[in-house]
Amino acid sequence: MTMAAVSQDPSVASYYVDDAFYGALVARFTGWQDEARLIGDYPERDLFRALLEREARVLDQHDYDSWLAMLTRACVYWAPGTPQAGDPRTEIAVMFDDRRRLEDRIYRLRTGYAWSQAPVSRTVRLITNVEVFEAEDADHRMLRSNFLISEFWDNQVRVLTGWCGHHMEKTDGRWLIRAKQINLIDCDQCIRNPSIIL
Amino acid sequence: MSLDYDHLVQEDRVHRALYTDPAIFAAEMSNIFGATWIYVAHESEIPNPNDFITRKLGLRPVIVLRDANDKLRVLFNRCTHRGTTLCRHEKGNARAFQCPYHGWNFLNTGKLRGVPWADGYSSDIKDPKFNVAQVPRVESYRGFIFATLNEAAPPLLTWLGPITRPIDEWLDRNPGGKVFVCEANRFKFKGNWKLAYDNSSDGYHVIYSHRSLLEMENRLADESNKGMAYYKNSPDALPMYVQYMGNGHHFKDKRPNLQPRPGGLWAIESTHPGMEHAQDMFRAKYGERAESLLDLAGSEPVNVNIFPNLSLLGNHIQVFQPVSVDETDAIWYGTRIEDVNGDIGDALPTINALRMRTQEGFPNFGEVDDLANFEQIQRGLQCPEDEWIYMNRGLGLPDRIKHNPDGTITAPATDEVFMREYIKEWKKLMQARPELTIQREP
Repeated sequence: MTMAAVSQDPSVASYYVDDAFYGALVARFTGWQDEARLIGDYPERDLFRALLEREARVLDQHDYDSWLAMLTRACVYWAPGTPQAGDPRTEIAVMFDDRRRLEDRIYRLRTGYAWSQAPVSRTVRLITNVEVFEAEDADHRMLRSNFLISEFWDNQVRVLTGWCGHHMEKTDGRWLIRAKQINLIDCDQCIRNPSIIL
Repeated sequence: MSLDYDHLVQEDRVHRALYTDPAIFAAEMSNIFGATWIYVAHESEIPNPNDFITRKLGLRPVIVLRDANDKLRVLFNRCTHRGTTLCRHEKGNARAFQCPYHGWNFLNTGKLRGVPWADGYSSDIKDPKFNVAQVPRVESYRGFIFATLNEAAPPLLTWLGPITRPIDEWLDRNPGGKVFVCEANRFKFKGNWKLAYDNSSDGYHVIYSHRSLLEMENRLADESNKGMAYYKNSPDALPMYVQYMGNGHHFKDKRPNLQPRPGGLWAIESTHPGMEHAQDMFRAKYGERAESLLDLAGSEPVNVNIFPNLSLLGNHIQVFQPVSVDETDAIWYGTRIEDVNGDIGDALPTINALRMRTQEGFPNFGEVDDLANFEQIQRGLQCPEDEWIYMNRGLGLPDRIKHNPDGTITAPATDEVFMREYIKEWKKLMQARPELTIQREP
């Protein structure tokens, strides 16, 4: 591998998060939940529901390598700080991770020195109300799902809840998560210890 | 229990009651969060006439607003009739507030405009006692709005004193000396508010509390020099320092650790989404200017702590909001810049986008661990027989702490002198008998 190829690796260097990327991301997550684009085909919905259920399971099991493999190389993991999501170029978000920062996030949790996750939270995620929307072509889909994460940490169980938008992309015959937008219903409020992966 | 503050605050230690006693907390809500200047909002949050934002002054719900004549006001969010809060929105633009309970209607000056069926009152409904209570003193320093209920408090500028220098420097590195608030990372922790203020200039905790962050930030670095890596080895031998600034304010200055050149700040910035793209694009497009443009997206390595509830750090405006004796909100307002002088040009959107990402770093990967530790202090302090906690690092060591002619005190980065000094100010305020007053429109 040449040096140039190494430096372009999104796990190592962040080149893909440029203005065009942000613009496309904001456009994609605006007005996409259009009844006319809702896919009523139940086998297709089941396919994506199974995928979201698998995502929930591997996160509950802290199996982060399997989870990372469910995302495209140039992915984004975005928890907006306002209910209308806003523009991440001019608003700080609860979380906004590209591939490298996601790997950072997981690296940190594994150091053994992340005191906010020592001991590690136990979670159980319920994923429901899965709806599939058409996107630009047959290799792209948008998913809406509701989530309810029960998190046991510091001697108590609390609930984190909201809805997710997943931008799915078919790559080499596999559906991968290209963008995950996590909309916590209390995203603009003070949250205690937001340190797990949502 | 009578509160003997001379006993509770000693030279090298403080009593656990400062963090656990509800009576002390209740007194703080008057003697400190009432009698001193409290940061309430940034002017960029209410830029236009009739803009408002709802906040708290201590535990008092307030509406911070700019009235139609551009006057900054802090109204109690409380109807004079039955005490209902008048406004339940977090922000907006309104010339008047109508109470949702019985429909009393108030101008944003606080003046009562009208009530339903006024003929049902024998007394004069125009009596000023029915106008909304407001905080008598509201002053702004370079966009930071402060308020106090204490008519005898010194002018804001006098109260700030020497801390204005680092405030000015923090602002002046931005175009036109201005920043604009753009949402926040918002946290809650189950601990006393002073745990956060104690920590805000603490250079001693960094290397251990933030070990996961430091390891993460340097996992891909050629040299392990990213973020706060300068705390490794011998932090007290480095040129960074902590400075007590008087009136409870303190300042941690890590800038002397940087290479003194454009791009010196950017050189230690850890990894963030979009950074290599911006870096390469700026260097190709803007040549030498690129480094100073990148510095605008980098985290300024200072902690400017303005007693009791405001901390400027990196590019954040952090606010400590007490909720109860053992619960606090810590809100990290983000800031963006504008091209005030017209010399940033088309680099602005990229700088701001990158600045958003650099600002998410510490709250996500550092603050969460601090808050976990603060909560565990609160828990440890539930042992009543073990009464004291210590802030004696550096105390009594010869030639370590320097008293400056302007009254400020300088010490090496991990010294706890700033805690010992601010808590003396806290004690003085808690022993005072301030008279708190409200005002109403005539």
